[in-house]
Amino acid sequence: MAKRIEAVGVTAYYGSFKAIDSITMTIEPKSVTALIGPSGCGKSTFLRSINRMHEVLPGARVEGRLTVDDQNIYDPDVDVTAVRRVIGMVFQRPNPFPTMSIFDNVVAGLRLNGVRSKPALAEAAERALRSANLWDEVKDRLNKPGASLSGGQQQRLCIARAIAVEPQVLLMDEPCSALDPISTLAIEDLMLGLKDRFTIVIVTHNLQQAARVSDKTGFFSIDAAGEPGRLVEYDDTEKIFGNPSVPKTRDYIAGRFG
Amino acid sequence: MSVTAARTRRRARIPRCTHPQGCARTRRSAPEPALRGRRLPGWALLAIAVAALGLAAAVVYPAGIGNWVLVTVIAAILYLTGVFAAAWSVEGPRSARNRTWSALIHSAFVLAVLPLASVTWTLVAKGSRRLDHDFFFTSMRNIGARDANGGAYHAIVGTLEQTGIATLITVPLGICAAIYVVEYGRGPLAGTIRFFVGVMTGIPSIVAGLFVLSFWVLVISPKLNGGRPGYSGFAAALALTVLMLPTVVRSTEEMLRLVPASLREGAYALGVPKWKTVLRIVLPTALPGIVTGVMLALARAAGETAPVLLVAGGGASINVNPFQDNQNSLALLTFQQAGDASRYAPARAWSAALTLVALVLILTIAAKLVAGRSPLAR
Repeated sequence: MAKRIEAVGVTAYYGSFKAIDSITMTIEPKSVTALIGPSGCGKSTFLRSINRMHEVLPGARVEGRLTVDDQNIYDPDVDVTAVRRVIGMVFQRPNPFPTMSIFDNVVAGLRLNGVRSKPALAEAAERALRSANLWDEVKDRLNKPGASLSGGQQQRLCIARAIAVEPQVLLMDEPCSALDPISTLAIEDLMLGLKDRFTIVIVTHNLQQAARVSDKTGFFSIDAAGEPGRLVEYDDTEKIFGNPSVPKTRDYIAGRFG
Repeated sequence: MSVTAARTRRRARIPRCTHPQGCARTRRSAPEPALRGRRLPGWALLAIAVAALGLAAAVVYPAGIGNWVLVTVIAAILYLTGVFAAAWSVEGPRSARNRTWSALIHSAFVLAVLPLASVTWTLVAKGSRRLDHDFFFTSMRNIGARDANGGAYHAIVGTLEQTGIATLITVPLGICAAIYVVEYGRGPLAGTIRFFVGVMTGIPSIVAGLFVLSFWVLVISPKLNGGRPGYSGFAAALALTVLMLPTVVRSTEEMLRLVPASLREGAYALGVPKWKTVLRIVLPTALPGIVTGVMLALARAAGETAPVLLVAGGGASINVNPFQDNQNSLALLTFQQAGDASRYAPARAWSAALTLVALVLILTIAAKLVAGRSPLAR
């Protein structure tokens, strides 16, 4: 049950600072969409406004329409926690809950949302860990603390935790930036495998990664320091990396930025 | 950076020479930075220490100007100078400064620990004399100035009940206040609460006692007691609460702030509501630190004398009911016995003090064991 996301004029602020200006784009279901662009151009801010995580920060707010299967998630009667249950998120740095075991970390979302049945939890944990390519490595030490894993394993643990609650959209905010190439490859394989079930949006600084895993790519940029970020070009990944139509995109892809 | 690079480049240009004498000459013209150098042997520091002690003793004792304290002080000064001189002559000035500073830091540590060791030693030496059956199982009821026995049962009961009740009131209240300030409070109200918690930290214990005396003992307790104001252990617990609360709020606040925002966001991203995130993710992560703060507050409260004297009155008999009549406490008993005109009282005072310290120590160790190690310390 992957979902289509439609952003219409999404503008996000940190206090009085406008971080992104009027982003309009459609993210197709069951696909991987990559958001690329220089630091500070608002990719992460846009990603965080898709599951209403942006407003967690004090003074942050979002304007515009963001619909998930024709339901505007910024309508006043929308329950934020319900939105986040449908739209999961993986962060830049692995953040396993330090007081919990590997097993408890994976089922944290289910348990904290009221699932009590032990067999159901065990089954969900195994399914999520298998999906995250982590099951074979941790199946014999599920009760060890989550923080005892290596960085790459922790990140896959966080992915398992995110997909255990069966969201329909998975947002990934530079999930590989703290990882070595082997762990990165494992997570890229994982994304391609998860594409059948989820809509995936990934923010990345690694252009090769965007080219490898994504179906569509959006290039964000800012005109000058202090200006809001905007979506410069959004198209099929092959088009963006092969023959972009905006010169600014071409410069960025070719490494001639700034 | 650039200096090092230039030095490396200069060194790289030194021509390689196969002739043994030629090598020595080349090296003299462009000296390499010394990675190796002479080092003071391990026994040197010990030898300097022994020499310093011997010299100090040789000066102080024959002259008859002091005892071992002066010897230690002079020896310490001689040791510092000796280490500095020896290191300067053998290892060079940088190393001499390093060795002198580490010696100073170690002496500072010893100086800081010395009073603690001295207190512990005195307490155990003098306090263990009366740690007998009578001390733990009888009270001071009907004990006169000529009676050698008498005990602290009533005071132990009082201390446990008063600090216990105070902790039961303080912990939920303090943790909730801290959660409000850190997780929910925005704007002037949270700032005001923080400010007044800071002010409360500085309240002298006698003021807390006077507050409870005028508010609870004189105003509220007559209404519950048929018009007669009364001392009680509960009043003492209230006074201790006033003293513990700011410490608990402050330390809990600091611990909650140490929990990384990424953990909260991780939970939100799973669709977990905020209150559940605080309760199930943030609090458990901060728990060991919170327990430490609570134990610090409890240790301080258990040692308070003035408020207990003021609102629980003290007393010689066993009273297990904290809500009626006088109660004593270990700190108050220590105070009373230390000033009592009986040759048997000082021993009781020392034992009561030792019991109080041991009680706090046992509680702290137990709490640490239950709470475990902080996951944030990893």
